[in-house]
Amino acid sequence: MSLDAKTVTRIARLARIGLAPEEVNALRQDMGSIIDWVEQLNEVDVTDVPPMIGTGLAKPRLREDCVTDGNRRDDVLSNAPDREGPFYTVPKVVE
Amino acid sequence: MSGIHDFTLASARDALKARKISAVELTNAYIDAIERLDGRLNSFITRTPDLARESAKAADAALAKGEGGKLCGIPLGIKDLFCTRGVRTTAASKIIGNFVPPYESTVTSNLLRDGAVFLGKLNLDEFAMGSANLTSAFGPVENPWKRKGSDAKLVPGGSSGGSAAAVAAGLVLGATGTDTGGSIRQPAAFTGIAGVKPTYGRCSRFGTIAFASSLDQAGPMARNLRDCAIMLESMAGFDARDSTSVDTPVPNYEAALSRGVKGLRVGIPREYHADGMPAEIEALWQQGIDWLRAAGAEIVDISLPHTKYGLPTYYIAALAEASSNLARYDGVRFGERVNHGGSLDELYEATRAAGFGDEVKRRILIGTHVLSSGYYDAYYLRAQKVRTLIQRDFLNAYENVDVILTPTAPSGAFAQDEKPTDPVQMYLNDIFTVPASMAGVPALSVPAGLDAHGVPLGLQLIGKFFDEETLLAAGHVIEQAASFNHRPTIHAGVSA
Amino acid sequence: MSYRITGNTGEWEIVVGLEVHAQVVSKAKLFSGASAEYGGEPNTHVSTIDAGFPGMLPVLNQECVAQAVRTGLGLNAQINLFSRFDRKNYFYADLPTGYQISQFAHPIVGTGKVIVDLADGSTREIGVTRLHLEQDAGKSIHDQDPTRSFIDLNRAGVCLMEIVSEPDIRSPEEAGAYVRKLRQILRYLGTCDGNMEEGSMRADVNVSVRKPGEDGFRTRCEIKNVNSIRYVMQCIEVEAQRQVQIWEEGGEVDQETRLFDHVRSETRSLRSKEDAHDYRYFPDPDLLPLIIEQSWVDELKAALPELPEDKRDRLEREYGVTRYESGVLVAEQAIADFYETVAKGADARLATNWMLGDFFAALNRTGRSIEDSPVSASSLRELLALISDSTINGKIAKEVLEDMVETGDSAAAIVERKGLRQVTDTGAIETAIREILANNADKVSEFKSGKDKLFGFFVGQTMKAMKGKGNPALVNEMLKKLLAE
Repeated sequence: MSLDAKTVTRIARLARIGLAPEEVNALRQDMGSIIDWVEQLNEVDVTDVPPMIGTGLAKPRLREDCVTDGNRRDDVLSNAPDREGPFYTVPKVVE
Repeated sequence: MSGIHDFTLASARDALKARKISAVELTNAYIDAIERLDGRLNSFITRTPDLARESAKAADAALAKGEGGKLCGIPLGIKDLFCTRGVRTTAASKIIGNFVPPYESTVTSNLLRDGAVFLGKLNLDEFAMGSANLTSAFGPVENPWKRKGSDAKLVPGGSSGGSAAAVAAGLVLGATGTDTGGSIRQPAAFTGIAGVKPTYGRCSRFGTIAFASSLDQAGPMARNLRDCAIMLESMAGFDARDSTSVDTPVPNYEAALSRGVKGLRVGIPREYHADGMPAEIEALWQQGIDWLRAAGAEIVDISLPHTKYGLPTYYIAALAEASSNLARYDGVRFGERVNHGGSLDELYEATRAAGFGDEVKRRILIGTHVLSSGYYDAYYLRAQKVRTLIQRDFLNAYENVDVILTPTAPSGAFAQDEKPTDPVQMYLNDIFTVPASMAGVPALSVPAGLDAHGVPLGLQLIGKFFDEETLLAAGHVIEQAASFNHRPTIHAGVSA
Repeated sequence: MSYRITGNTGEWEIVVGLEVHAQVVSKAKLFSGASAEYGGEPNTHVSTIDAGFPGMLPVLNQECVAQAVRTGLGLNAQINLFSRFDRKNYFYADLPTGYQISQFAHPIVGTGKVIVDLADGSTREIGVTRLHLEQDAGKSIHDQDPTRSFIDLNRAGVCLMEIVSEPDIRSPEEAGAYVRKLRQILRYLGTCDGNMEEGSMRADVNVSVRKPGEDGFRTRCEIKNVNSIRYVMQCIEVEAQRQVQIWEEGGEVDQETRLFDHVRSETRSLRSKEDAHDYRYFPDPDLLPLIIEQSWVDELKAALPELPEDKRDRLEREYGVTRYESGVLVAEQAIADFYETVAKGADARLATNWMLGDFFAALNRTGRSIEDSPVSASSLRELLALISDSTINGKIAKEVLEDMVETGDSAAAIVERKGLRQVTDTGAIETAIREILANNADKVSEFKSGKDKLFGFFVGQTMKAMKGKGNPALVNEMLKKLLAE
């Protein structure tokens, strides 16, 4: 079953991926067939089965509260596509 | 220099220690091989010959003083998913095609600490999403192997396709890979090399670009398991910067190779006899069983009942995580920005539309869908429950067996133009490798034979949590029995 | 008195719940080692983790967890030994990773309560639904460039506690009292500095209205990021008015996020509906579940400072202060500490009166806070001791206090310098009185013929003659005696 165009468009909007109309059509088919295929999980009886969150191998660990990082503005800005002085920039956001 | 391309990582290490060869000579030979062959293979995204020569000089200085770590002077390739300080790191994606990290991943830091020489950054499927290395923004990687009597370009597998091809063609002595659902093991099998996916938490994920955080695990790829063992010992270890890193000592993996399999119980999961599996894969599997039995192992039929749900579970869990992990590529702090002078949202949409390839987009969208309101319980939550069942399958099996033997992939390498058009068909490449990833247990692939076309096939061993040693011991028995010494058509040691 | 809005169709009740975001006091950020300190040059308190660089991973700061537990204990709340961090996914300029790490499904603190005091002397209990840890976002700066906003990530990743109340609040006054009380508790605990101007505390205000006696709730609106107690109270008023008007005109209130514009005193819609969020929460796979030990919680509990309510009870018990006085004294930890230094082992009533009276007046006059008071607690204590041991009288003491504020000299030094020591020499007093009586023979006879009120006149004249330094009790006694002669 293919997804409807509205759904694909809504998902793409959530994921902030711009799609051309012909891409929406191709994705309806592709995504639809993958979604159909994963539907087979509905056969599995998962009553009383807890969801797996991590492998349970690592021990919970907390960091000490000390300043060990930061003060590296050149590092964090070095890859910025449109740096302005000490800032990153984006198109003007109006609230 | 005759014979320089016959080195394994272990024999090169010994020759360097004995000063029979210098690190500079060795490194130059590999740089030369890359220059000769990689225009064709496309296994490197970024070559760093100057840095490599500098490291090699430093290695020689250390070796001269009788110092240097266990990889001192060894030329390696690094999958371009590991961030390397000052060296472009792309994840094979246009969206960070010019990204230069101001930090070094823990895995590569460990290798550098031990004296390794990096020859450059290896090609992969974009963001490690793929099984054929056809999704890279830097072009596909060609498998150095050829079918008998055919010049068709074969895929090296994926996602660590560049790593696999470079090792197989003798362009590096070893390479780092990452494995999320089979991305080390499947390309290793496709290119006739060895690859190890350690237990989740064994190698730090810090500084490795994430695909699916709960599955991603770095591991070594090399000519044989001894080389892998040496590399793994360097790559592994606890890292306080990764909350999922496990604080357990790193054993001497190389020493474990010679343990043998006498008395070892080897499980053969009946569910891995997939419908339509080629007879030669079945035959290879049987051959592996016979080898292990002959070496003194006990063969036990086991059941991993949820095997068939591994792939769909994997695609839900991995893509959900990926959709979130890849949200940071937005053209603001790093990466390629596409701005048509519109709003912030338009910038995001244009940047991500232009920066991501089709497969990555498809996976982000599916991952977004399975987490979205109204679908979370039906897809993501259910998949994580099935994942618990898959892990239980393994834990139950390990009550009775020490390792599990299966084929690595359902076929040998296919041609670039034979790529299935249906994405689900493509995903089936990972059918045997995904369950171990889902459970977090370690697994490896060793080359075990050739198919009817003369293309390599691999066998997979799956082990208990943090028992990479038994895994390596059993793998080594297969390696020795198979005595796989075939070479691909394209190889540094073969004059062009 | 219940708060009611009178509309055209009758009275309306308001229903308010608050989500207070309080910045946790810690040195480093919640998941990175960058400084959490306020201020700093743009993008200097930023690590590659905070900026969401490829391959960067979060590691949880222990102190942030401890601060959440302390706060939970201070709110008499359930501490959850198991909690978890989820990702809340959305795109925004100041959210570097494209998701906020927040405890959505399993918060570290469960239900608790806050008792608030109202102006009429009554108290109300406001339920706390939960408290959870989450990351703050960065800052967008809109006024530096005509076409671009600038992004500073210094705040990105700083630890916040979100404290969610039950919809128990029924008036703007209660909302104000709740935030004030919460801020007081957090300051006592040292878990948040409560500085609303710097954004250390801000509130999302959920408002709905209904007819008194009506069951259930009507649609609510959320007013985001209100950053002062006054605005919390104001925005509730105007938003409730707006909703009443909509219902009375036969309309429907839309569930939406709104902004409070305090200049125009109105709320307005923040996001359009077609842009509705779908946060796609799921457990953060980079982090393990947070599991803490009861023994650690017990340790933290044992080390908690005394909280305002407990301190209030104790001050009443130990120093005999009234309910009203104890409320003023515990408003800030520093005031209570100051008071106790002054009052301990001294005349507590005298201490209380001076503290709440002349001392606070002096602070107000000089515009100083208790922390930078021009007179230290021990200096004030010395001054009061001089009253108690009759070295000076109360009237002179006021003069001395003013001098202390001005010069910073000690009370004793001022008394010596100005010769203010009280006269207790009965001979000197008698001499002064006899002179007054002699000079006012007419008044003396009036007094003797029954004009008792004139006694005060004689006291005043005597004190004036003695430059205020006469011991009032001795002056009284001697006057009575000499007038009776």
